[in-house]
Amino acid sequence: MNSTHLENAGRRDFLRKSALAGGGLVLGFYLNPADSAAKRIAKPSTILETAEFKPNAFIHIAPNGTVTLISKQPEIGQGIKTSLPMVIAEELEVNWKDVVILQGDLDPVYGSQSAGGSRSTPTNYEEFHRLGATARTMLIQAAAELWKLPATELIAKDSAVHHLASGRQLDYGKLVEKASTLPVPAPEAVILKDAKDYKLLGTRIGGIDNPGIVTGKPLFGIDVKLPGMLYAVYEKSPVFGGKAVSANLDKIKSLPGVHNAFIIKGGTDLKGLLPGVAIVADSTWAAFSARKQLKVVWDDGEAATESWAGFTAKAKELSTQPGTEILRNDGNVKAALEGAAKKVEAAYSYPFISHASIEPQNCTAWYKNGTIEIWAPTQNPEAGQKIVTETLGIPKDKITLHITRSGGGFGRRLIPDYIIEAAAIAQQVKEPVKLTWTREDDLQHDQYRAGGFHFLQGGLNDQGKLIAWHNHFVTFAHKSIKDGKTTLEPGSGANLSGDEFPGRWVENCQLEQTLLECNIPMGPWRAPRSNVLAWVFHSFIDELAHAAGRDPLEFRLEILGDKDIIPGTGKQDLPYDVNRMKHVLQHVAEKAEWGKKTFPRGQGQGVAFHFSHRGYIAQIAEVTVSKEGKLKVDRVVVSTDIGAQIVNLSGAENQVQGSVIDGLSALMVQELNIEKGRIVQSNFGDYPLLRIADAPTRVDVHFLKTDYPVTGLGEPALPPLAPAVCNAIFAATGIRVRQLPLLRTDLSWS
Amino acid sequence: MSKYHLNINGTPKTVNVAADTPLLWVLRDHLNLVGTKFGCGIGQCGVCTVHIDGVPTRTCLTPISKVGKSQITTIEGLTKNGDHPLQKVWQELDVPQCGYCQAGQIMTAAALLKKNPQPSDADIDTAMAGNLCRCGTYLRIRAGIHRAAEIAGKESA
Repeated sequence: MNSTHLENAGRRDFLRKSALAGGGLVLGFYLNPADSAAKRIAKPSTILETAEFKPNAFIHIAPNGTVTLISKQPEIGQGIKTSLPMVIAEELEVNWKDVVILQGDLDPVYGSQSAGGSRSTPTNYEEFHRLGATARTMLIQAAAELWKLPATELIAKDSAVHHLASGRQLDYGKLVEKASTLPVPAPEAVILKDAKDYKLLGTRIGGIDNPGIVTGKPLFGIDVKLPGMLYAVYEKSPVFGGKAVSANLDKIKSLPGVHNAFIIKGGTDLKGLLPGVAIVADSTWAAFSARKQLKVVWDDGEAATESWAGFTAKAKELSTQPGTEILRNDGNVKAALEGAAKKVEAAYSYPFISHASIEPQNCTAWYKNGTIEIWAPTQNPEAGQKIVTETLGIPKDKITLHITRSGGGFGRRLIPDYIIEAAAIAQQVKEPVKLTWTREDDLQHDQYRAGGFHFLQGGLNDQGKLIAWHNHFVTFAHKSIKDGKTTLEPGSGANLSGDEFPGRWVENCQLEQTLLECNIPMGPWRAPRSNVLAWVFHSFIDELAHAAGRDPLEFRLEILGDKDIIPGTGKQDLPYDVNRMKHVLQHVAEKAEWGKKTFPRGQGQGVAFHFSHRGYIAQIAEVTVSKEGKLKVDRVVVSTDIGAQIVNLSGAENQVQGSVIDGLSALMVQELNIEKGRIVQSNFGDYPLLRIADAPTRVDVHFLKTDYPVTGLGEPALPPLAPAVCNAIFAATGIRVRQLPLLRTDLSWS
Repeated sequence: MSKYHLNINGTPKTVNVAADTPLLWVLRDHLNLVGTKFGCGIGQCGVCTVHIDGVPTRTCLTPISKVGKSQITTIEGLTKNGDHPLQKVWQELDVPQCGYCQAGQIMTAAALLKKNPQPSDADIDTAMAGNLCRCGTYLRIRAGIHRAAEIAGKESA
């Protein structure tokens, strides 16, 4: 059982605050004025007939009435290929059944095409309204000229222009010829629809590729097949950064089906082309089989001594020393802790984990006469193009990059390492070639979510109020060269902002950081940083609430305080709208009947909230823990505020439920170990993901409709899940989870 | 290399491949039936599931030499027109997110419904335990199987 509800916030003060908290400021950040609809004049298309009406690069209307819309952002399961075209279709007044959607190749005419940071919706939403409305305005103008009537007497509806007074109508297809001769109107002459008139936005629309998905059509990168295509594998050093010295290439080349085998020298950038051995064969299995006989002599390099056990011991040792960096220092934390009525201390830690997108990394490339054509399941086609230019010297204009559907992204496909590997192999073989990573390659050469260690102290006054917060964060870093000097920089997704909640809220607050150098690749994993920081901070806040003998929800509301907006203090930090968060928190409490239900021992509720990717999300989890320590999540209630409009209700609900289950999977079972500079786990046998029986019985999703700008939903619903569940486990059993994954903690009780 | 005569989706096919080639790669590389996916190669994720004589089977672990005269049904051959109750319901409920695992989910679920036309949640969790979904569509998969059971029940009534 699941339910999703759209609700009006119904509080007029939201209107008042929208100008301050969101409004112009946020949109100004996202929208590039140079990307306006007026500048998106149609460019000749090779895929579509020239007789079409193409008011801009995203809309093509054929004389037979077919409306083709271009999806510019890659589809990775977040539903963008359906939702952004819905925005155009809404303004264009076209019937959804008449719409065909094509994935655009990488092309500057479309603007930015990277799909990351939950930004695809907020950066394009306004503009896509204008694109559709511009085309609608031109079609109405075309009818007006054909009928010799004022445009103001005409309306657009159901893929046609109507003159209601006379009952006449002209389908869009019939207006193509005339509309194509008209100038693109100035932005001020284009009127957007009023939200109350939306017919498509906010409804449930199925994914545009669903018919192909359920019948097995070739949609994904791994499904690409070209005439005469060869199949490649690429073996890299199991120790990160290791170099290939030599290999039994002659033997490999003599094996059945093998066309070629060679060493690629590669570089040292963990996100780039690393050294390895390529085997190119006439089928995937021939390449996989030959690889089993491959013997490579590796120069392991300096990373070969790294281990998780070593990092853990080092972190513990460092925790007793002052941090090397102070990220925040408000009030006097030392004095406040000494004077506190109650002091709580705890250490939290979490491991490295993998993206494990279910489609392994792959890429197809065809190099001919100095040009290269690439087919890639990527979130970041621009990065793919850039790395090919920088590494292989192929100029940008000689690179064609086709974006395929991706079997999951989660941040993994922002990094183009697999694209440059395929391109480098293709440059050598000069035939079309598809590189396929095995699951082992994928798990052992990921750009991992970094592990980390937090050593926390909190102080309460005699009223049970949080007055002091101290955190020493020991995190992972890479060597980096800045102005000729070697420094350490936290890995991608391994950094902490001094503004992160409750950083700006506690009067005596000190955040220290110490960096652990490592050679493990790190990258963005769905809701980078937030995906674990929310767990650490909301778990420790829960410890403090219980130490104070207070209701965990009420304790949180007190920390959030009475100010409307807390401004950001760091370089990239955003203002935090306290009222939006309090509103979702109170809403989720009401829906989950917080404090109104009584649970037997072994059952309980936990609460958490988090602000990330401009979304305000609160969650309450209800769990049952058996005496033997088996966890079942019975229900998760999610209240979200991502602004004024849900684009596709079905897709939005999918993103929230998926985030809950993804968050639960990371919480319960995912863990990588590191020994001798390499990842120990190799496949789903020793790196499990959550299976269906462990999915929550029920996830209730509530979208609070507010007056704020529309923001994205690929990530922000994930971070609150882990702390909500762990806080529920504490309520049920009195056991506090301070280490991930959950299987490290014995949850049995008597 | 040896010749193998196969029966796939009701059509005879002949391929010339090494005896240890998994059925998965025969389907994908040699027969252009790419609806059956590669995920792990060790039978842990279920994205490569097809029916062999009606039994849901992991093709990544099935060497071509063991297939013999069995009837193989892939997602492309589950129905002629893509109108199996599960295929319809998967669209109606918008089950897929990335969609990569869904052919395997549907094949496993189709075999379940054949054996057990009205499965409980527990039956579903047991039957579907071998099919991973990284996007977390499990709730809609459960709902989809119940709904397909309902539709199939009405169609056969």
